[in-house]
Amino acid sequence: MSGMTGVEEVAPILEVNDLCVSYGKVEALHHVSLKVRPGEIVTVIGPNGAGKTTLLSAIMGVLPVARGEVRFRGEAPAHIDIERMVASGMTLVPEKRELFGEMSVADNLLLGAFMRRRLGFRDEGETMEKVYAIFPRLKERHQQMAGTLSGGERQMLAVGRALMAQPRLLMLDEPSLGLAPLIVREIFRVVADLRKLGVAVLLVEQNARAALQVSDYGYVLETGEIALEGPSDQLEDDPKVVEAYLGLGGKHAA
Amino acid sequence: MDLQIALLLGQDGIVNGAIYALLALALVLVFAVTRVIFIPQGEFVAYGALTLASLQAGGTPGTLWLLLALGALVAAIDAPVIARQGGRRLAGLLGRQILYPLAVAALVLGAGPRDWPLALQVLLTLALVVPLGPQLYRLAYQPIAEAPVLILLIVSVALHLALVGLGLLFFGAEGSRTPAFSELSLDIGGLTVTGQSLWVVGASAVLIVALYVFFEKSLYGKALRATAINRAGARLMGISTTLAGKLSFLLAAAIGALSGILIAPITTIYYDTGFLVGLKGFVGAIVGGLASYPVAAAGALLVGLLESFSSFWASAFKEVIVFTLIIPVLVWRSLTTRHVEEEE
Repeated sequence: MSGMTGVEEVAPILEVNDLCVSYGKVEALHHVSLKVRPGEIVTVIGPNGAGKTTLLSAIMGVLPVARGEVRFRGEAPAHIDIERMVASGMTLVPEKRELFGEMSVADNLLLGAFMRRRLGFRDEGETMEKVYAIFPRLKERHQQMAGTLSGGERQMLAVGRALMAQPRLLMLDEPSLGLAPLIVREIFRVVADLRKLGVAVLLVEQNARAALQVSDYGYVLETGEIALEGPSDQLEDDPKVVEAYLGLGGKHAA
Repeated sequence: MDLQIALLLGQDGIVNGAIYALLALALVLVFAVTRVIFIPQGEFVAYGALTLASLQAGGTPGTLWLLLALGALVAAIDAPVIARQGGRRLAGLLGRQILYPLAVAALVLGAGPRDWPLALQVLLTLALVVPLGPQLYRLAYQPIAEAPVLILLIVSVALHLALVGLGLLFFGAEGSRTPAFSELSLDIGGLTVTGQSLWVVGASAVLIVALYVFFEKSLYGKALRATAINRAGARLMGISTTLAGKLSFLLAAAIGALSGILIAPITTIYYDTGFLVGLKGFVGAIVGGLASYPVAAAGALLVGLLESFSSFWASAFKEVIVFTLIIPVLVWRSLTTRHVEEEE
């Protein structure tokens, strides 16, 4: 999956430099730096509570940044706000999905294109057909209320809704959480296919094996700091990673 | 009581109930989207009615000065921030908050709206009163949009008191009544139905259908519903809390002003009448748990009927009976409503 040649020359689409985030006096992230290049899948793995969700929230502007810089598509705004990030092509699929439960699947998808419509684009119909092509299940259920979907379908809808914004960078927070292995595989297949569309992906996962297999580059986040980084295939073989996150099952057992 | 009196009271109740229903819908909308219990909703009723009356009397309604002042205040606060986002956005802000109020002022002061046809006077009234909604949201609620419901409620009380005081300053202590929209009077089996009652019920029905279509079919209506259902999810779609707040306050102000314009020919409106009218809409909204639009509308209709029948049997206790309705409703709701927490 990994090993894109010549990625080093391409300017990163997302560059996080020296990012610090605090909850009150407790610092949740210490001097985190990472890069995502266009069309690249980058994963951040690490144990529960390491600050993975905090990292994505801060990049998106959901949480205030205490120190450091988030540079997206060459721009590093002094104040990150969500609307501007969405408008410039970043979307986040949060861990809790945050769907509109009492609205239909089709309306959930339509609202995914809200910012594009505000910016004057009128292509949500075509985009929705593309999303239906990726997730035929959503098309079957397009009139159903989002709240009545199964866990797997909810995750598909959350990813589909994010794709409706035609993002340059898609950030996924624990997409495999609480899902059956078969569904997890399907979600990761879709994530891998996004590369063909030129979408960059920043993937946060506890399911380290699946995340490293699908990604090009990985970071290991421990207690708010980057403990280790490298190309994903190297991380998969790294003894520390194998011991702490991959267990004894062997890397091809997923 | 014979049938004729019952029909008369029923008609009265439905006409008032229609207005309460509109206000109940506005209250549910504002609460669902912004978590604000919008006590000043009734002030928009009074401002709408009294502004129209003032225009018809050839006066200059004080709401014009409020519109100009709030516009200048919003422009002064927002201009430094907006200026950094580019010239077009700044021009938009100044256009909305400075030029628009000045244009309305030119019409009120220079175009002699006293002699205009009623429909145009109504439009001018709406042009004066409706923008106050988003302006008040910007100034009073937007800076504390994430505050707990209780704080938002206290701000609502303060805003209500301020607006009632300004109403007294603008329109004086005397009440006003405007001429009826139509002099039509129908006699249906001994029951006299006035044209104005038909106007009120008809306009309310049209407005309710229009709101339904807006929420079900339009992108912005869906965005407001999405914000009400899941604020965090809506923000991630780029639906900003501020946009949703201003839009819901715009709708609430429009509904309030229109309600005032509709009832001004039926009942004398004083600067402080709005509070009581709004409160009855609130009782209706409570019946719907501040969440369900159809139940809120039905509850408001019930309030109107209860009010008109109790004014016949026990007119001294009319308000007491209406507001006492809230107690059994709250008891019933607290016993039957299960609190289902979102998956946390």
